[in-house]
Amino acid sequence: MATAVTTRQQQQHAAELNVIARKQRSLWKDAWSRLLRNKAAIAGMVVIVFVAVVAILAEINIGGFHFRLAPFDPVTDQNTPKQLMEPIWTKAFGSKFTDPAFVLGSDELGRDILSRLMFGARISLVVGFVPVAIVFVIGATVGMLAGYLGGWVDNLLMRFTDIIYAFPDLLFVIIIVATLRDTGLGQILGGLILIFVGIAVVSWVGLARLMRGQVLSLKHREFVEAARCVGATPIRIMLRHLFPNVLAPIIVSIAFAIPGAMLTEATLSFLGVGIRPPTPTWGAMILEGFIVFSTTPWPVLLPAFCISIVLLAFTFLGDGLRDALDPRMKL
Amino acid sequence: MLRYVIRRLLLIIPTMFFVALITFSLAHLAPGSPFDKNPNRPLPEETIAHLERYFGVDKPIPEQFVIYIGNLLRGDLGASFVQRGRPVADIIGQGIGITAQLGIQALLLALAFSIPLGIVSALKQNTPIDYLSLLIATVGTTIPGFVTAIFLIYIFGVGFHLLPFVGWGSWQHTVMPTFVLALGPGAFLTRITRASMLEAIRQDYVRTARSKGLREQSVIVGHALKNALIPVATIIGPATAGLITGSFIIESLFNIPGIGRFYVLSINQRDYPMIMSTTLLYAFIIMIANLTVDIVYGALDPRIKVS
Repeated sequence: MATAVTTRQQQQHAAELNVIARKQRSLWKDAWSRLLRNKAAIAGMVVIVFVAVVAILAEINIGGFHFRLAPFDPVTDQNTPKQLMEPIWTKAFGSKFTDPAFVLGSDELGRDILSRLMFGARISLVVGFVPVAIVFVIGATVGMLAGYLGGWVDNLLMRFTDIIYAFPDLLFVIIIVATLRDTGLGQILGGLILIFVGIAVVSWVGLARLMRGQVLSLKHREFVEAARCVGATPIRIMLRHLFPNVLAPIIVSIAFAIPGAMLTEATLSFLGVGIRPPTPTWGAMILEGFIVFSTTPWPVLLPAFCISIVLLAFTFLGDGLRDALDPRMKL
Repeated sequence: MLRYVIRRLLLIIPTMFFVALITFSLAHLAPGSPFDKNPNRPLPEETIAHLERYFGVDKPIPEQFVIYIGNLLRGDLGASFVQRGRPVADIIGQGIGITAQLGIQALLLALAFSIPLGIVSALKQNTPIDYLSLLIATVGTTIPGFVTAIFLIYIFGVGFHLLPFVGWGSWQHTVMPTFVLALGPGAFLTRITRASMLEAIRQDYVRTARSKGLREQSVIVGHALKNALIPVATIIGPATAGLITGSFIIESLFNIPGIGRFYVLSINQRDYPMIMSTTLLYAFIIMIANLTVDIVYGALDPRIKVS
């Protein structure tokens, strides 16, 4: 009993000291430390960093410097006698079709699956980040203007949302990508640019709506009134006062938009309207491997596994960010 | 209420018009003729010209659009370019039964496992059961349907030969597609049910129900659950959209002759009349689903006033 009292007193004392000694922390630092306590989010980050490093090192070609981590070229190294090799570990289970050169086996054209997976990671990451960056710029700008200024911008945005919401996202992307495939836009980088455009066109509306809602709920608050009273221009209010305050839900929504975009690309490639072969992408690898699925499942299972792991990693990170940035948000 | 419903129903018309306009413009923006698809066996110039005249695609695009809308209003969906001029209505009529069966089975399955799972997980918050159901929900919403389908086909189709995975016919053919299609919406529903149940059991009326000595069962079922399921009802709209887009992939993967697979085929073959009709049909279904949700929501929850 006595010891308990002393500890209580000690704790109180320590707490008082803490109030004085504690350094000031911003909301962002608080959020960061909350994020670091979330094991699933950390695991997600580790996976993402690992995949990013592998994707970058797959092949580096700057000036005279050339380095390739991938054992083979994913497109040109076709070793037909060595087609449909199985991963080396299957040798332990009695597979006769393994080759030490092809660690994860080879596909129906004798291309190394490991190398194709590494280069596929590049496509997945690029498709995850680039369209989402475009969406962020367009969506945040339109949403901010619509929310703060109202009027015709707002009306136009809301009518446009009605139409976009009547299309399921994927349906709209499929229509855009499939119909514009043979235009000049659809030819650049094997159709990669068209996929960026398709994803961006469909998803900026959601972000704009989120932004608009946030701005609407904040724009009559005292701190905005105060800023206006001291003569801040509308642009300054939007950028310096409103924007930092609406950033948290926007970040969370972006964290989930990245795996969403990656999934869209994989689905499009799987349906045969994504990036053109022979560019290796995980979705296309699944589609190509499906033909030989009953002979050997590895050309399909391995990219399917990669997609699953990366999407889960981003989801865990997104969940962690949401909990860290706004502990009140549920779900 | 009636005025609200009528206004929403009227709003469907301009939205459908814009959906038609966007799809039509995109489909016709694509360069080349829909009839020069096969580079190995190109059709003679005259045949292409004749086909284009027959299907009316030689006219200016705005004129084609007006003609299309006119026909549509008379209930004529046009003829498929690819399937030798077969009426689109025929093709859709043939596939819609299968797609609808698959969709309804999947929705029922999703509801059947997600709601109990969500409730149990909320009542036993932070226990292993809760973590397990959260894990299932996260995996189910994250992993794409075609990836799950591949793992299932590998295990049950190729590995153990338990279930067929190509085509349509017996009930066994529906098992894997239904499950895969149900997984995404079901996982999402689990999360929603759990969240809204967690909120409901902390409300004052639940404490009141408990303090007046009701049995735990009637507190949960009669008081908490009744209110917790209201937000769940709103998910039916997005879930419908999810089932539709899911059907493209699942039907293509399992080779099921529903409209989802026809749709993907018609996109690849640039069969404009098929693309247009299916897109409009999907948009219409989704708008009706959303409207139904809003009406049901208002009816279920008197606190919500429609305006």
